[in-house]
Amino acid sequence: MVTDTLLKPRDYKTDVFVDWCPGCGDFGILTSLHQALWELKKKPWEVVIFSGIGCSGKTPHYVNTYGIHTLHGRLLPFATGAKLANPHLTVIAVGGDGDGLGIGAGHFVNAGRRNLNLTYIIHDNGVYGLTKGQASPTLKKGVKTKSLPKPNIQMNVNPLLMAYSSGFTFIARGYSYDVPHLKELLKQAIQHKGFALVNVLQPCPTYNDINTREWFGERVFRLEETDYDPVVTPDTGEDELKKRRGQFIEKALEWETRIAIGVLWKDLTVETYEERIASRIPTYLDAPPGIRPVCDPDGKPTADIRSILDSFRVT
Amino acid sequence: MKRSDFAWVVGGPQGSGVDSAANLFAKAAAFGRLHVFGKREYYSNIMGEHSYFQVRVSENPVYSHGDMMHLLASFEAETAIRHSWDVLPDGGILYDPKVVDTNIERVPALEPEVRTHLFKRLNAMSLPLTVEGVLKAAEADGVCLFPFPYDDLVEELKREYPDTDAKVLKRMVNTMSVAASLRLVAFPFEFLEKSIQDVFKGKTKAMKMNIQAAQMAYDFVSEQGWDFSCHLTPGTTDEKRIYVNGNQAVSLGKILGGCTFQSYYPITPASDESVFLEEHENFPLTGVQEEALKWVRNPGNPGKSASPNGRMGSLLVLQTEDEIAAIAAATGAALAGARAATATSGPGFCLMAEGLGWAGNSEVPVVVTLYQRGGPSTGLPTRHEQGDLLFAIFAGHGEFPRIVLSSGDLEEAFYDSALVFNLAEKYQMPVIHLLDKALANSNQTLPYYDLSRVRIERGALLNEAPSANGYQRFQFTESGISPRIRLGTPGCIFYNTGDEHTPEGHISEDPENRDRMMEKRMKKLDLVLKEIPSKDKFHILGDPDGDIVILSWGTPKGAIREALEVLREEGHRVKFVQSRLLWPLPAQELKEVLEPARLRIAIEQNYSGQFAGLVSQHTGLRFDHLIVKYNGRPMSFNEVLDALRHILSGKSSKKVVLRRGH
Repeated sequence: MVTDTLLKPRDYKTDVFVDWCPGCGDFGILTSLHQALWELKKKPWEVVIFSGIGCSGKTPHYVNTYGIHTLHGRLLPFATGAKLANPHLTVIAVGGDGDGLGIGAGHFVNAGRRNLNLTYIIHDNGVYGLTKGQASPTLKKGVKTKSLPKPNIQMNVNPLLMAYSSGFTFIARGYSYDVPHLKELLKQAIQHKGFALVNVLQPCPTYNDINTREWFGERVFRLEETDYDPVVTPDTGEDELKKRRGQFIEKALEWETRIAIGVLWKDLTVETYEERIASRIPTYLDAPPGIRPVCDPDGKPTADIRSILDSFRVT
Repeated sequence: MKRSDFAWVVGGPQGSGVDSAANLFAKAAAFGRLHVFGKREYYSNIMGEHSYFQVRVSENPVYSHGDMMHLLASFEAETAIRHSWDVLPDGGILYDPKVVDTNIERVPALEPEVRTHLFKRLNAMSLPLTVEGVLKAAEADGVCLFPFPYDDLVEELKREYPDTDAKVLKRMVNTMSVAASLRLVAFPFEFLEKSIQDVFKGKTKAMKMNIQAAQMAYDFVSEQGWDFSCHLTPGTTDEKRIYVNGNQAVSLGKILGGCTFQSYYPITPASDESVFLEEHENFPLTGVQEEALKWVRNPGNPGKSASPNGRMGSLLVLQTEDEIAAIAAATGAALAGARAATATSGPGFCLMAEGLGWAGNSEVPVVVTLYQRGGPSTGLPTRHEQGDLLFAIFAGHGEFPRIVLSSGDLEEAFYDSALVFNLAEKYQMPVIHLLDKALANSNQTLPYYDLSRVRIERGALLNEAPSANGYQRFQFTESGISPRIRLGTPGCIFYNTGDEHTPEGHISEDPENRDRMMEKRMKKLDLVLKEIPSKDKFHILGDPDGDIVILSWGTPKGAIREALEVLREEGHRVKFVQSRLLWPLPAQELKEVLEPARLRIAIEQNYSGQFAGLVSQHTGLRFDHLIVKYNGRPMSFNEVLDALRHILSGKSSKKVVLRRGH
């Protein structure tokens, strides 16, 4: 039994041993998540954290909420099913860059098309850590981390641009060593009505000796401290929209000298998938698939199929 | 053949309305209180390739298709060319006289191998290589020819409906072929009229035009004074009946069985089911207890309740990006409390293997409705096979429990589609409902489903958090089944992982925990075998004391039942064991019913006799004969009958391959 009285930030931690490498960027993401949930006053049972495979996949075990550690790359379809079955759950998906942009890239794109009210956190470190540092889809071509025998021969994808073209309505970039900032991003993402991506730059001290804490430290800057405005509303005019798009693409691509962290895109004009369903199924939000009573106490089905069956009657 | 049945075939290019013609004919017969069985065959193609539909009609129940037909309804060359050979002597062919001179060479969709075969036959009979040659060959066998001038009648209709699009008018040939056929067998027009009214419900203009087209064709045949010995007389039953196809039967069972979530990726022959469900996503509910909703009302939920009267229910259908996502989404939905399913065919099921393993490991009740089709790979995408049995049983790496249940016909498929959710939830494991293309695309008249037979059992699903401290999702219990709660249940949390895990659901590589957890999961299969009633393990049909036994599973049931009716009249005592629970395999019970027989025959629609092999492996019993088929066409009752007769005569080889069908 989990109590809901006097929750403190530490109440969101579990007593499972966190087995990430010392100095791993994942710790910052975990701490930010604990703090964000506490500040949002989420009760443990209102939240479900889904994860895939890899170092990031262990995250749910370290958070005192419902936690579903799924298959490599498949966290979004699992999360989608649960969220659709009970849209009142706060669903957070946590995965790696290889998980979401490599093996799970198809799910990433198609989840974007739906705009479910979900939060998706990507641990982006450029390598497959748990299998000893192979190049992930976000590692730049020509980069040779110490774990690679030769420089990376494949191009990278840009998660933010991919998210934009897939239809994500909230796109943010965080940095795992800026916990106060990341916590705020996570809070905003969770509160956003729609599909929110927080791509977190997360140095892997064990295998990525190129994009290190020092490397990022010289480049990252908070977008909130500039005059950047990511918000698109129904009142945003055509010219303004073009400007927003242009600056988004520019900031999403900047990498070598300066890397913007913060909310890069926030579109408030797109209806959520839940709203689209509710417009077709009037009882959806009141009695969604996970909750709708399917039988009476004696096991008699509640679904009355007589009218459908009658349409097949011949005698 | 003693059965007083009548077989009718209509064919034509895909997209030309063959299915509607068949539907009109079948429903007319069904409205006329006759039993109907319809089988649809088609290519993997949208438009232009040949498709055909056989409808068998009888006063007695019909369970399968036959090889031969009494009447062939054609309105173009290809159908006449392909099917005339299978018209019974004394049967008839309705054809368009304008196509008689069509050269077989000029029918583009005919495969070269079919063409070569036809040339050989016609050359041997010194007949021209045209439609006329084919018709003459049939006539020589005693088949009656009925030239029907479709164009003239369409022209006549055009005069009445001058503003109608030519394409729409052209489609009237379907209705005309049905009307002409029904007049030939002297079936009253009123039932066709009723059928048209039913099929075109809500489309007043189309209905009126079709009735008129039908009347014109019907009258035309009357005027000809043709002599046709086959007559079809309306039945007299007062039984309440429905006419459904396999996808519909399964959908109806799912809705009644409390399925609330279905995910799918489009694939033949499974997606018609999901489309039907989406079309019927809202339906009324009865007997909803407000109490049952209360616990979920958290602050995020507006909690307003619809009026208890007329409350609507729903089944949410999600089209995913692939089948990996389909099973993952269904599993996620099941974790949140939905009765969740996904429907697919072999190629899609291949992609589901990893998801199936995850659900097995995390003990999630998820249903996979698997319509088998011709494999391997893309195989015969629109044709029939039972080649996925062993794959369904063994898909996934490592060992985890699952249930595989197969239905033999549209009656079983309905009740089983509800039953599989009970099994999934009671035993907390994935259930594969193993069906096939033949079932998906067969239509049948059936007694109105007995809705009171369906009962929902949700097993150890708790609506509220257990009051004791420290809920463990995978608590060790004597039965292996642990109390289950939904994601979001207040006052509680749990963890799941694809890794081996502790009772709390956290990752564990501890050897002792591994042993206990593995044993906890796997012993649920013993419980399944113990608790599932024998009627769900297998049916015993035919002569229960017969000294010859047939073992089969799935849709060959229909053909075997009909063949056995004839064999009984011929004095053979044959017992038919139709297996339903295929995994876990009730080996002991099967051994008991199979062992006493002096002759054991296995029948299934695949190359190697997968089920027979599995049963042999688990019971030590051998089969004397194996009847198999793998050409993509379902077994007809005739060919099963012929194969069995040959076996009973003592002259048959051990393995018999059935090869009929178009």
